[in-house]
Amino acid sequence: MALDRKTTEQMARLARLRLDPEQAADVAEDLSRILDMIDRIEEVDTAGVEPLAHPLHLAQPLRPDEVINAPDRDRLQQSAPDVLEGYFRVPRSVE
Amino acid sequence: MEFEPVIGLEVHAQLATSSKLFCGCSTRYGAEANTQTCPVCLGMPGSLPVLNREAVRMAVMMGQAVEAEVRGRSVFARKNYFYPDLPKGYQISQYELPVIEHGRLRIEPDEGAPKLIGITRIHMEEDAGKSLHEGFGEGVTAIDLNRTGTPLIEIVSEPDMRSPAEAVAYLKKLHSMVRYLEICDGNMQEGSFRCDANVSIRPAGREEFGTRTELKNLNSFRNVERAIHYEMARQQEVIEDGGHVFQETRLWDADAGHTRSMRSKEEANDYRYFPDPDLLPLEVSETLVDEARSSLPELPDAKRERFMEAYGLKDYDASVLTTSRELADYYERVVATGADPKLAANWTMVELLGALNKDGTEITESPISAEDLGRLVQRIEDETISGKIAKQVFEPMYAEGADPDTIIEREGLKQITDTSAIEATVEEVIAENEAQVQQYLDGKEKVLGYFVGQVMKKTGGKANPQQVNQVVKERLDAKKG
Ligand SMILES: [Zn+2]
Repeated sequence: MALDRKTTEQMARLARLRLDPEQAADVAEDLSRILDMIDRIEEVDTAGVEPLAHPLHLAQPLRPDEVINAPDRDRLQQSAPDVLEGYFRVPRSVE
Repeated sequence: MEFEPVIGLEVHAQLATSSKLFCGCSTRYGAEANTQTCPVCLGMPGSLPVLNREAVRMAVMMGQAVEAEVRGRSVFARKNYFYPDLPKGYQISQYELPVIEHGRLRIEPDEGAPKLIGITRIHMEEDAGKSLHEGFGEGVTAIDLNRTGTPLIEIVSEPDMRSPAEAVAYLKKLHSMVRYLEICDGNMQEGSFRCDANVSIRPAGREEFGTRTELKNLNSFRNVERAIHYEMARQQEVIEDGGHVFQETRLWDADAGHTRSMRSKEEANDYRYFPDPDLLPLEVSETLVDEARSSLPELPDAKRERFMEAYGLKDYDASVLTTSRELADYYERVVATGADPKLAANWTMVELLGALNKDGTEITESPISAEDLGRLVQRIEDETISGKIAKQVFEPMYAEGADPDTIIEREGLKQITDTSAIEATVEEVIAENEAQVQQYLDGKEKVLGYFVGQVMKKTGGKANPQQVNQVVKERLDAKKG
């Protein structure tokens, strides 16, 4: 299944990736090959097979409801480019 | 043309756990910005989520309370979108296989008959952080991620509601339910209980649904009602003008009293859900299901029925008294003093709730203890005071938190049941009102009420009205000779 340009651009936009036209063509080709592979997988008869959400046959372990993390703001914010009064500062996100 | 609305609600309730859904950070409200965060809820690379058992138990309790099915195996999925208060670039939620499905809730709307509303699903997910757009400089948004990762359940109803009143009744019932279960504090101002509404209209009698819009920012019961009313009228106008309703998200602006399109939200609506590879499927064990079931309290409907049966209350009164667990408990403590249940219901609902509502005070903060209110009711029953005088006792009780006997004593409000005292006053009144006596003797029996009124006035309302009635009648009849 070939991915058209419009869909490729839409995917890139949703993933917040900036692609120049040449890159977009490469990406479309790569993704098309992946989709072809999915098409082949879909040919397999899976009637009666349970859908698989995770490759491991285990259940999610549960933890007790306990607060174990002490405030550690200064250290956690070391990699943030812009911080003021404990807040992360980012470009305005509403019009 | 007559139109009918079709309404479905999506309710987000923050679960009252101590720690977050996938990490050991505190969920306490109001802490200093970003002090309740860690690599997991900040979305740092290499960190892994571990699910909070208590959040699962609470979600299961909610499912049981609405008679839903608990899925033995459910799956967490990533909902992908970019927003600064969502540090991972996705929200961990549940999509295809939610933990709870197929429930129902009985509502009693203010207008119309009781009704069952279907609950499609209840799934678990994590909350996002908070964005502050003002006060941090031009063109700047400040982000606080303390709320990020707080456990939520999203309760999705079927599109079963047909009026704003039904939508409000449903929301109030859910609100009461989560508080009965003690799984959410229900605080709408602080956002721990939030509601979105899907609204469409169709010509009355038509089966097919119209195009719906999703309304956001409905942060009070009143706003839910107003926003739905507004949106119904807006859609009707669009249709009557020959236009089409677009499927879109609209923001309710309570100050302006209208909804407006949130175009920016549209593009983001392609969430590309997929199972979260960091989380294994959730298996709800029998043990957990049993544990949740055994911690279920008596729920509002069961309590209402018990109140009707055990205390002889009317449906409406029983409904009001069971709106919250705290109110129901208060009422039962009043009754436990030995007070008459019906009289106790009246005094709790009319006088006490009236006064509390006026002040905006919660029942848990009532200045009158249940025991004191019970005693007041008993003073009416044992005829120490009349019902009318009881209101005079109630006021200082409410203002000062004093007990009724102290007030009755202090204000000298004790009912006069001493027959000779009543007789003396009746004689006085008869002597002072010869004209009315003559009217009575001429057959105008209605004048009896006048004499009773005069006696009550002379005694400051303290005489026992039945006794006064009797004595007045006796004395006047004696004059007939
Ligand atoms: Zn954390």
